[in-house]
Amino acid sequence: MRIVVCLKQVPTREWQPRVDDSGRWIRDTDVSYELNEPDAYALEEALRLREKHGGEVVACSAGPARVQTVLREALARGADRAIHVDAEALAAADAAAVAAAIEGALREESFDLILTGLQSDDQGHAQTGVLLAERLGIPHSTIIMQVEAGEDRVRVKRELEGGWFQWVSMPLPALLTIQSGINQLRYATLKGIMAAKKKEIRRVVPPAVSPVLEIVSLTVPSRSKATVLIQGSAADAAAELVRRLRDEARVL
Amino acid sequence: MILIVLEHRDGVISRASWEAAAAAQGMAPGGPLALLLPGAGLDALAQSAAATGVGPVHVIDHPALEQYSPDPFVRALAAAVTQLTPSVVMMAHTYQARDMAPALAARLSAPLIADVIATTGHGDDLLFRRPMFQGKLVADVRARPAQGVPTFVTCQVGAFRADGLSRGPAAPVARLEVELPEGINRQSVEPPFREARQAVDLGQAERIVAVGRGIKAQEHLAVAQALAEAMGAELAASRPICDNGWLPMERQVGSSGQTVAPKLYMALGISGAIQHLVGMKGSRTIVAINKDADAPIFEVADYGIVGDLFEIVPAVTSALTKGTP
Repeated sequence: MRIVVCLKQVPTREWQPRVDDSGRWIRDTDVSYELNEPDAYALEEALRLREKHGGEVVACSAGPARVQTVLREALARGADRAIHVDAEALAAADAAAVAAAIEGALREESFDLILTGLQSDDQGHAQTGVLLAERLGIPHSTIIMQVEAGEDRVRVKRELEGGWFQWVSMPLPALLTIQSGINQLRYATLKGIMAAKKKEIRRVVPPAVSPVLEIVSLTVPSRSKATVLIQGSAADAAAELVRRLRDEARVL
Repeated sequence: MILIVLEHRDGVISRASWEAAAAAQGMAPGGPLALLLPGAGLDALAQSAAATGVGPVHVIDHPALEQYSPDPFVRALAAAVTQLTPSVVMMAHTYQARDMAPALAARLSAPLIADVIATTGHGDDLLFRRPMFQGKLVADVRARPAQGVPTFVTCQVGAFRADGLSRGPAAPVARLEVELPEGINRQSVEPPFREARQAVDLGQAERIVAVGRGIKAQEHLAVAQALAEAMGAELAASRPICDNGWLPMERQVGSSGQTVAPKLYMALGISGAIQHLVGMKGSRTIVAINKDADAPIFEVADYGIVGDLFEIVPAVTSALTKGTP
């Protein structure tokens, strides 16, 4: 089974948001990055499918040179090789531009399955996977919590709202967007990290990126609700909170 | 014209679809709106949609649309949008829309702005506000469609008010004919199901103590458990805690878990990703305890304490058990 897994590098969860001077994008000089969490689950699922069915896992990421860090990480966790779709403009590109750039790189590959996380923790469009499937003319299914791969078909458990699920099956090749929590993540071993150094990262330069969405302004959201912030030492703040919950909110 | 795609289940149009309609009315006060209803056996549903008077109802009634599946739905809706030539197509940002809308937009080479929480501007210069970076920032976004191509928009569930919808005299129903040839659906779909019956009904709880990533390790759950016991509250969690197996999935609050509205919701170490907020923001009183003063949870909280939950939570527990402080 040949599996491509699409990974995005995003700011870490601890990152404190700072907007740049243009007011349209983040100040990216003081950002540290990590692998987008749902994509980590997609990578893990790809590795598990390969362990069960044999084949190859190819990690693919679109962005500037820094995204090679997440590709190395994927190689260290067990991916066989990697593709870097390399363009500075992809750092802030919308989902349509990213999908177009990845499509070009994958046209030269043959694959049975493409996996990616259900959405990214940065722009959060939740579109790239489905757009890519549509561009490649292959079936897709989203928010997947279990994958059963067969010879030429795949049966997947799709999450619906409010605790409901549904099984869907479709022919290969297909694209699936993976939900966090589908599996238990593994971490890279020292052996894996050493092995990753010898693995190939193929660099593909996509044609010029043409966005369809324009960010006019990026701001810190204003509070819609007046939150009473309780100050003081832990003991004082706790006592004040309990008093307010009893006397003001009357919920205790 | 703004076209609103309606989603329905068990013979009822979803509330989230009416929220999208309310958003459309806000964008184009008095402007032309139309509703698009795809499905099978829709006569009664079409009449109930028409009775709202929001706009004419275009019905695509076809056996291939009885259950949602992306291939027939994308094909049918692409044909309908091509016939009706709206400038904007809106729907709720549901799991179905996440599965369908990007494919539909791509098929028509149209832009899609997802997860919209507000709109500003009007006419040719509409701006759509959406969260980015896990809700730490919001962006005002403009779409740049080619001439004659609509902009697709999905509205975050709960961001617009369905009860703010302005109604009118009953509108007409028109049937749209679209061609859905045999065999266009590459997928086979099995009926929806729920996992084993839930033993905990968080929806009935008067008070809930919920933990998030800030709890850091499973053994620290005892801190939250002690508070829950002192308060007479059920213990719940955000998704990552259940993903890690630290608490069972049935205790998860959020879009993929339970939706709750207790009298008191204590959010401990929960940053407040939107997937969590949609499950609890209807709670009467919300308390957030978090070390990050910028965490989005404080936007919905009535009371907040910024600090280390491992110091504050035991202090709250002891203040409660000591009686009147």
